[in-house]
Amino acid sequence: MSDAPKNGRGNGGPRVGVYVCHCGSNIAGMVDVAEVARWAGEGLPGVVVARDYKFMCSSLGQEMIEEDIRQQKLDRVVVAACSPHLHEKTFRRACANAGLNPFLFQMANIREHVSWCSEEKGPATDKARATLAGAVRRVAHQRALEPMAVKVNPATLVVGGGIAGIQAALELADAGLPVTLVEREPSIGGHMAQFDKTFPTLDCAACILTPRMSEVGQHENVTLLSYAEVEEVKGSIGDFTVTIRRKARYVKEDACTGCGVCIEKCPQSVVDDVYEAGLGYRKAIYRPFPQAVPKYPVIDTACCTYFKSGKCKACQIFCTPGAVDFEQRDETVELHVGNIILATGYELFDCTRIPQYGYGRLANVFTSLEFERLCNAAGPTTGKIVLRDGVTEPKRVAVVHCVGSRDTRHHEYCSAVCCMSALKFGHLILEKTKAEVWSFYIDMRPLHKGYEEFYHRLLKEGMHFVRGRVAEVTDAARLPGEEGKLIVQYEDTLLGRQRRLPVDMVLLMGALEPRADAKANALKFGLSCSMDGWLTERHPKLDPVATMTDGVFIAGACQGPKDIPDSVAQGAAAAARVHGMISRGQVLIEPVVAQIDEEHCSGCRVCNTMCPFNAIEYVAAETVSRINPAMCKGCGTCVAACPAGVITGNHFDNTQVFSEIEGVLWDAAV
Amino acid sequence: MAYGYYPGCSLEHSAAAYDDSTRAVARAMGVDLVELDDWNCCGATEYIALSRTGAYALIGRNLALAEAQLAGKNGGGKAVLAAPCSACFLNLSKAEHYVESHPDLADQMNEALAAGGLHHTPGTVEVRHLVEVLVTDVGLEAIRARVKRPLHALRVAPYYGCLLTRPQIPGHTMDEAEYPSFLDDLLRALGAEVVDFPLKTHCCGGHMTQISADTSNALLHRLLKSAAEYRADLVATVCPMCQLNLDAYQSQVNRAYGTDFDLPILYFTQLMGLAFGLDAAALGLGKEIVSAERALAKVGVERPAPPPAPARPAGRRKGDKSLPMPRRKAHHGRARTS
Repeated sequence: MSDAPKNGRGNGGPRVGVYVCHCGSNIAGMVDVAEVARWAGEGLPGVVVARDYKFMCSSLGQEMIEEDIRQQKLDRVVVAACSPHLHEKTFRRACANAGLNPFLFQMANIREHVSWCSEEKGPATDKARATLAGAVRRVAHQRALEPMAVKVNPATLVVGGGIAGIQAALELADAGLPVTLVEREPSIGGHMAQFDKTFPTLDCAACILTPRMSEVGQHENVTLLSYAEVEEVKGSIGDFTVTIRRKARYVKEDACTGCGVCIEKCPQSVVDDVYEAGLGYRKAIYRPFPQAVPKYPVIDTACCTYFKSGKCKACQIFCTPGAVDFEQRDETVELHVGNIILATGYELFDCTRIPQYGYGRLANVFTSLEFERLCNAAGPTTGKIVLRDGVTEPKRVAVVHCVGSRDTRHHEYCSAVCCMSALKFGHLILEKTKAEVWSFYIDMRPLHKGYEEFYHRLLKEGMHFVRGRVAEVTDAARLPGEEGKLIVQYEDTLLGRQRRLPVDMVLLMGALEPRADAKANALKFGLSCSMDGWLTERHPKLDPVATMTDGVFIAGACQGPKDIPDSVAQGAAAAARVHGMISRGQVLIEPVVAQIDEEHCSGCRVCNTMCPFNAIEYVAAETVSRINPAMCKGCGTCVAACPAGVITGNHFDNTQVFSEIEGVLWDAAV
Repeated sequence: MAYGYYPGCSLEHSAAAYDDSTRAVARAMGVDLVELDDWNCCGATEYIALSRTGAYALIGRNLALAEAQLAGKNGGGKAVLAAPCSACFLNLSKAEHYVESHPDLADQMNEALAAGGLHHTPGTVEVRHLVEVLVTDVGLEAIRARVKRPLHALRVAPYYGCLLTRPQIPGHTMDEAEYPSFLDDLLRALGAEVVDFPLKTHCCGGHMTQISADTSNALLHRLLKSAAEYRADLVATVCPMCQLNLDAYQSQVNRAYGTDFDLPILYFTQLMGLAFGLDAAALGLGKEIVSAERALAKVGVERPAPPPAPARPAGRRKGDKSLPMPRRKAHHGRARTS
């Protein structure tokens, strides 16, 4: 540690303390930190103390700052170290401990921005000087700010009734907190309700899911709004106002007993594209599956004979409690909640987009989701694995991995769950039929606990594995034994040979992809999406269920491809984050927000539409725009957009930013 | 706008029918095709394997001519050069792409061109296949509107061949490389019944007919067998090489395999012309070796247009255990919101 000589500055002006961190050798290996500290102490305006230290973030480093604030009467602090993303909070807290307003602290990033991206010590040291000079000049103009406290409404909205949403809702409800669970389909359950078995333990999916479904459906703290969608979200953390549209079921929930006679009597049968993945049929009045929660059926008006021609009414005639109500209309519900958890899930890649695999053209090419229904005892074939004709058992099945995933033409990412699903399918086929199973993979990726063991089990059970992508699936026979079969043309990359394999059935392990309306949905809740369309978390490692919008959390496959255990873990994690905020009762909001000088605001409303967080409201009575500080993220868009220049960004005002630029423009040569 | 037209050597002789029908159809659709003056051979599939620089210079000469002759013919846009032959199309577009991305190759090419007083600036010519120009620029709606004698009774196997969509060179506008459908759509617009021809992008053997009869017979036999299995009345091609191989060597395949294929192989432009009601002779019909006369007797036979396929049967028959087929979605060029 070296004490820089006092330069006598600071009389009357700001008294700045400068601390230059070595970060072990992370910074000191490339930047002459002692020299930077000495230089700052002698040359920068207002600096009364400048030190360098091995690890500023250590307790000793923090105590040094606190000590100096007290002893040297510092009123500004600058730490030149790593990115503010890592330790800004640490040093702000240290300042606050010593009685200095944390917004009078500034961080200069000389690690990520300097030492880690430099190759020569001399220029790196100069760049560190410039970066530090910017921070020192800026900090002189910073003003003390106070965070805002907002009360948190203890009610929570969970959007999406798949396994992640169910888990989140149950965690909160079990903690005694009120939850509203909104599901767009007539029943909760999500994709998991369509599955037969779950890997790697081969538990029956329904057996482990339906108890949770009925628990959430009957929980005293859960309000279940199925067949409903969120229309609009207003407000901010602690106090959201959500508008929900409850689609008309045409069945009165308070009267219906769930007996199912209406379904039995309905003469209109249609293909079920949702729950049965297009492989089975349902009636025009239907309940997606027997264990549906809630038990009430809905009428699909698009195919109901009564809604199309005005005749029939069979369901109403046979309904003893008189629950069928053709006059029912959509209803709008308004809800006040403190937090929102989004668990909107995924959808399956449209396999017709890879036409050379024949899906949609060749009858016996199936998607993974179709096959789930085919295996399922409650499915269209009562669990019998048969070809599209409904009777013939396959003798040989090909499982094609990575359909639409790990493919730069479609999705570059790995869908994470398909290898294990493919193994599960292999096991079920070997167990239920006498068929051979051939898997065509790029790499086997059984990543989690018990997964690799399951892969070994399938190797022992006799599933065949071929490393190589399938070129095409065709019905054009060429060689003996191919007539009447589907032929899989592939490259066996371990043998280095082009091969053909005649099979009876092909399963396409389609990629998991974001819901088609993911972007629109993200906009509704003020979230952002990755390029692929997955919802973006606040931090990919350290904050995976929070988002950049306070009070809105994400869980499950809406954030990226995920299996059931990961989805459940995220549901619980999101609930824990919400619960933490509710227990505290209030949240502190960063005061780094924009402010409108209302006296000079002309009410032109330019800023209203620019705000990505919908934080600016137009107050018609006073013809001014007003920013809701609880919703503002301090992004500065409105500041730049205001034609009159009457919006100021706290902590980022013009004087602060320009003096930082002046400092950064320090030139070693001058 | 005017399109530069690069017929290629085949269209002067063996594929004269393709040239005739192309010009007739272009006239009927009001497409201004301007034949490149003094064009030369594209080097076919062989030359590039013998001398890369020589091949690029040979192709580059055509690009240089196109650049000079088509300047300003497309408003402010790039000159567009349309090639009816898949091999020419690939050579021209590949050369344009590589000289654009490899300045040293462009320099070598221009050094050679300078001997003839020519120069080509990479990136000034957009090379497109004739079928793509018709489908994309003219459009299926306009084509459908021009149809006078729908080909309702004809079952047609759409044959793309291997060079039209692959390799996918940047700038190629054809949607799907492995299992394309734009020719299917075009033929459907003519009223034809299009069969789902599984080998639509498989190779016809190219010049293998001159090297190994066994190999080319095997490749041709696959195509003919599959088209026949799908009960196609004829095969529609977009390439003079494919047409020649399937047509001229069909009897050789029949001898080698003991088969009796009698499948006429026509250019898609001939079918367009027929549907437009143009004169058969002007379309070069009758020049094919396997006569199309019998198949084409079906044209003009009035038959109501088949009703659009029902989305899906609403219900199902009693005792029918079969599982529904997936609904086909419009996937081609599907605009992902992401």
